[in-house]
Amino acid sequence: MTALPPKSDVKLGLVIDLDTCVGCHACVVSCKGWNTENYGAPLSDQDAYGENPSGTFLNRVHSYEVQPEQGAAQTIHFPKSCLHCEDAPCVTVCPTGASYKRAEDGIVLVNEDACIGCGLCAWACPYGARELDQAAGVMKKCTLCVDRIYNENLPEEDREPACVRTCPAGARHFGDLGDAESDVSKLVQERGGMDLMPELGTKPVNKYLPPRPKDQGNEIDILAPLLAPIATETSGFLGWLDRTLEKI
Amino acid sequence: MHPAPSVILFSVLSGLGFGMLAWLGIGKPPMTGMFAFVFFFIAYALSVGGLLSATFHLGNPKNSLKAFSQWRTSWLSREGCCAVAALMIMGIYAIGAIFFETHWVIIGGIGAILSIVTVFTTSMIYAQLKTVPRWNHWTTPVLFVSLSVFGGALMTGQVTVAMYGFVVVGLIQVIAWFTSDNRFASSGSTIETATGLGNIGKVRMFEPPHTGTNYLLKEMVYVIGRKHAAKLRLLAIILMVVIPVLMLGMGAQHGVKAIVAVFSHLVGVFASRWLFFAEAEHVVGLYYGKRG
Amino acid sequence: MNHTQPVIDTSPKVSDEIRKTTCYMCACRCGINVHMKEGKVAYIEGNRDHPVNKGVLCAKGSAGIMQVNAPSRLRSPLKRVGERGSGEFEEISWDEALEIASTRLAKVRADDPSKLAFFTGRDQSQSFTSFWAQGFGTPNYAAHGGFCSVNMAAAGIYTMGGAFWEFGQPDWDHTKMFMLFGVAEDHDSNPIKMGLGKLKKRGAKVVGVNPIRTGYNAVADEWVGITPGTDGLFITALIHELMKAGKIDLHYLAQYTNAPVLLDSDPASESFGLFLRDKDSKPLVIDLNSGKKVAFDKKGIKPDLNGSIRQAGITHTTVFHKMAETYMAPEHDAANVAEQCGISEETIRRLAAELAHVAFEQEISLPIEWTDFRGEKHTKMTGRPVSFHAMRGISAHANGFQTCRALHILQIILGSVEVPGGFRFKPPYPKSSEIHPKPHYGYAPNKPLDGPHLGFTHGPEDLALKEDGTAARIDKAFTWENPMSSHGLMHMVISNAHAGDPYKIDTLFMYMANMSWNSSMNTSGVMKMLTDKDENGDYVIPNIIYSDAYSSEMVSYADLVLPDATYLERHDCISLLDRPICEADGAADAIRWPVIEPDRDVRGFQSVLCDLGARLGLPNFTNEDGSQKFADYADYIVNHQRKPGIGPLAGFRGDGSDSGRGDVNPNQLDKYIENGGFFVEHINEDASYYKPWNMAYQEWAVKMGLFDAPSPYLFQLYVEPMRKFQLAAEGHGERQPPEHLRERVRETMNPLPVWSNSTDKDYPIHALTQRPMAMYHSWGTQNAWLRQIHGVNPLYVPTKIWEQNDFKDGDWAKVSSPHGEITVPVAHQAALNENTIWTWNAIGKRKGAWALDEKAPEATKGFLLNHIIHELMPAKGDGMRWANSDPITGQAAWFDLKVAIEKVEAPAECEPNIPAQKSPVGKGPKNLTWKVGA
Repeated sequence: MTALPPKSDVKLGLVIDLDTCVGCHACVVSCKGWNTENYGAPLSDQDAYGENPSGTFLNRVHSYEVQPEQGAAQTIHFPKSCLHCEDAPCVTVCPTGASYKRAEDGIVLVNEDACIGCGLCAWACPYGARELDQAAGVMKKCTLCVDRIYNENLPEEDREPACVRTCPAGARHFGDLGDAESDVSKLVQERGGMDLMPELGTKPVNKYLPPRPKDQGNEIDILAPLLAPIATETSGFLGWLDRTLEKI
Repeated sequence: MHPAPSVILFSVLSGLGFGMLAWLGIGKPPMTGMFAFVFFFIAYALSVGGLLSATFHLGNPKNSLKAFSQWRTSWLSREGCCAVAALMIMGIYAIGAIFFETHWVIIGGIGAILSIVTVFTTSMIYAQLKTVPRWNHWTTPVLFVSLSVFGGALMTGQVTVAMYGFVVVGLIQVIAWFTSDNRFASSGSTIETATGLGNIGKVRMFEPPHTGTNYLLKEMVYVIGRKHAAKLRLLAIILMVVIPVLMLGMGAQHGVKAIVAVFSHLVGVFASRWLFFAEAEHVVGLYYGKRG
Repeated sequence: MNHTQPVIDTSPKVSDEIRKTTCYMCACRCGINVHMKEGKVAYIEGNRDHPVNKGVLCAKGSAGIMQVNAPSRLRSPLKRVGERGSGEFEEISWDEALEIASTRLAKVRADDPSKLAFFTGRDQSQSFTSFWAQGFGTPNYAAHGGFCSVNMAAAGIYTMGGAFWEFGQPDWDHTKMFMLFGVAEDHDSNPIKMGLGKLKKRGAKVVGVNPIRTGYNAVADEWVGITPGTDGLFITALIHELMKAGKIDLHYLAQYTNAPVLLDSDPASESFGLFLRDKDSKPLVIDLNSGKKVAFDKKGIKPDLNGSIRQAGITHTTVFHKMAETYMAPEHDAANVAEQCGISEETIRRLAAELAHVAFEQEISLPIEWTDFRGEKHTKMTGRPVSFHAMRGISAHANGFQTCRALHILQIILGSVEVPGGFRFKPPYPKSSEIHPKPHYGYAPNKPLDGPHLGFTHGPEDLALKEDGTAARIDKAFTWENPMSSHGLMHMVISNAHAGDPYKIDTLFMYMANMSWNSSMNTSGVMKMLTDKDENGDYVIPNIIYSDAYSSEMVSYADLVLPDATYLERHDCISLLDRPICEADGAADAIRWPVIEPDRDVRGFQSVLCDLGARLGLPNFTNEDGSQKFADYADYIVNHQRKPGIGPLAGFRGDGSDSGRGDVNPNQLDKYIENGGFFVEHINEDASYYKPWNMAYQEWAVKMGLFDAPSPYLFQLYVEPMRKFQLAAEGHGERQPPEHLRERVRETMNPLPVWSNSTDKDYPIHALTQRPMAMYHSWGTQNAWLRQIHGVNPLYVPTKIWEQNDFKDGDWAKVSSPHGEITVPVAHQAALNENTIWTWNAIGKRKGAWALDEKAPEATKGFLLNHIIHELMPAKGDGMRWANSDPITGQAAWFDLKVAIEKVEAPAECEPNIPAQKSPVGKGPKNLTWKVGA
């Protein structure tokens, strides 16, 4: 149903820590593996061993360079998947009702049995979160591992998205952003979690924690005043040493 | 945006077809019998042919029937519903004109309105997209509808209307081009807002997520050179408007001049529509260090 | 309006079964859960219980399913039918293959076992392959450490009895400031990422010292974009600044290091620079309490860091005195190194101040009682919460050994090794270099070698030299050219064998080493050496046997190919005898086991060696009746005993309840499988820090079989064995270096690390490579998922050089070194040292390799820097071609590459453009839609 559901109190989503992501692509491949084997059609690859390989991925890690006014450029790794927007434009454009937002938790899904593969939802998405699988002809997107997070065949600790479970640096967090008391909401609060392209009014559920200020050491650090010399050459140093050793 | 031949073909042909149907629906020209059949045949060939070509753009056309279900929210669904309604209503009207030598005016009127609304819904599929600032503007539906209406006029031999109409179309096209050139820049979306990193400094892409290509890049990140685009714009406006207007001004009721006018216009619209896609930049390109 | 939505199954069945084994997508050796559906691998995730990765898994690990199903897998033994390098093979049976190999090798063994050079690459069974080589009797065995990172390992072990990487780790839970040195981002990758995550969570400061700001350095709170090869200079400046300010841990230095050990300080003495020792050969110190000289380990002493004594007319002063003389010198002042390092004077001083502040003002203390090796009881464990880690970058230079040593000296003067918040060893380390074996090279026809090949030299007497002074080993390891080459020099084997220097060989037998491509310097040259023929038309290297699981570039150069099984199809042990997977809080080992059966006619290489060993009658692979001793590798893993009670696996010995020492347990592998594929034995809290000096740890280590008696030792700030080599070069002692090396040995074997470097004005730019985190060497390319992430490797160019050359996106450049040139695509990177260019390692592929299309981007736009790195340095007019290696360890100096760059017209493909090899396995399928379950 392409109408958005009534506002839900539960807003499941991811919080991605740009201060911690080292850009290892673990989440990318773990996602590929889980979603190839699970929900809907497998994520196919074209020209897999050939000249121009490409394939469907639901999560990709971009790398950016940011040049501050002062100091060295910074490298920032930037994982990106569906943000499960509250006002998801990809849902309302869908002609068949295949694209929908779940009422109970806000997850945006594609019902592949109803998808005609027109691609309009991918056009409507600002974030590049949807990819039309070239083998199945249906739209694929992050399911927030809806087949893991409630899965009673998995141990409770594993009921989280594959990307979160695998992230070596712990840069990805999963939870209910509709609950102000949840760990993820607190993280967003503490670290100034932000929306991507807020000007488009999509109200993403997923939040990004900005990188902490870097290379601040060039300013005077009050905690670590510069070292005062006890000696400037060997004999002075050894004299200091003798005096100090006597005191120990 | 990738200028997919199927979508260009669809939108140009069906626009022209529905424009023809609209004129036929209001009894212009007021033909019946075999003459009517020829006109309706052409109009249906264009509109239905266009719709069929659009299905080549679908990844999974077997679920197409479901596309009529979401008219409440989806312009694409509305387009489907309107197109089918227009074709059905106009079909009834055509039966009257061809077989019963009568013009059921009310049916024709409704059919004409539905035909234009269909073109409008098509245009709104594009115009609604905030993600493509160049399209997200009133000029998109106005251009689509005016092209349809006056193209239809040309096809149905409404020489004067078509001639003056093409001048209007030309103006709208020029306005559409020039007002849209800066729209991405003024939309407020930048690589900084896309990444949220703007408060640190100037952002540029360092490495793409994958070294190869992907669906998003193929579908939504099409790069066309500015000089190339300018040339094509000139060509499009000459073919779509200038030559047809000249031909019509020289009295192109029938014969070679009419054929030249029609073909010139058609090729011009194809060029314009190709540019409509090729020049349109999707905000997702920002994530790839490419603005569109 | 009511909202309707489809009903979906949110609890689908995940898999039929989970089989827990060990990953082999890189050297990290994480535990994995392999989810099986209908007997096939469906999904791979990290094992939460595993000591290495605790549930997480990297991109490579998760892509394992694409590796075990890769079309590049070899299918059957191959016999070469075309010219070497062409890739023309015929498939043969295992019987035939083993017959060919054993006939040839039996003759070699009977005539002269040194004519076999057996070198293994990314081998994770080195204790087994070396055992086989010992049985065969050739002195020519090593794994890939020499071209990888022996500097790191050797510097660590000589200095403090253990190194970075999988041998130790920062105390992630307590450290407050972490400094990470060097490019590469590879070894121990998941533990480092997990550790960084912990630091980020706690808000601890991370400083990255690296010319390139990617990966771990991207998340560093401060990036120090150092000029490549100058880390040693930077570190000694930090040492200088800390000493000058008296910000050093005097108690730690006095108690746990050789800083107070007395040195012969008389330049005229024959033992100048050697330790003063007692009759038991124990180094002596002055006890501050008595003022007398005593053995360093005497109970209750207070060693004097500035003691001195005159004995038999010779003045002896302390190591620390020597350090003060060395590091207080003004040449180490921040002001004097800043420009060369590319780091401002202020930054160096500030970082020294921050280190001092965190180490001494934010000292931490854990209320844990412990007893040291002198018998003194302590009520707490004091920690200096600064920690360090280094990656390959600092070690792959000709000054790498001394740079790594300098870093350890920095750690030690801060008192931050084996203390809370500092750097911690993982069992079986710490372990003094003195209780490691020494090199063995004594061989005779049809006899096993006289001991293990590799080890640690402690003076000229340990060098592997024949009576005539020439090298005993084909790679010239343990010679005057590189006296402390503890891992051998795999990168020199082909070049030396081709040149017949020090001698010619018959058979080159290699395992898992892509020596004709990304694992060699001078790749094009090596390809030529492998195919070169003598005047009789015979190959100069007569016989090449190679084992690999995949259709690599090296396969095409083999005369006989023995196809290995993939990592999910085989047994393996990740043994404490080898490179273990321990954590600082426990000893651990693990296995691999066949979670699937091969669908091809392939065999695990180690099982093949069991068979080959028996066919050759090697004493350690045959029973007394001459029959095969180990049916396969699994049999060896369970039943082999290195010493009574100690085998490849430490867990579940005896009746299944013994750890470390215990009888053979025939059910041991089942117990491992039951336990998730690994075993871990934790260390008690009182043994958790101060391990080299902590008697609780020493006793635990003996109980576990890590060594046979408690072996506490002092950290060797001053490495006396280096001084012994230096003394020889000064003309002392019987074994003398050849004249052409005398000066170099004297200069380079400095027992206290100082920095040195060479410069070349014609080639002003440093060129580096890093391994992407999502790829491992050449392996990743055959993986349909990973090759989409890294299918080409642009040459990254810093802003200054980018603008100087007026580069634009899509441009190409010619990069030249004294050795050659390559033409490659360039890309811009701002967060990069301004005199450095770099690219991702081992993305470039030879056409026809790895079952890829010949037009694959890896083969047309991917490239190797290897082509412009030579194994020998350019001639300097002294008639010599010096090796492009560290003169101490022989480590390949990959990162000393200096180049010039210029913009050129874009060619169609990268140059050099090597012709295709024929694929023995065809090409992969066009498209993949992978789904195992319904």
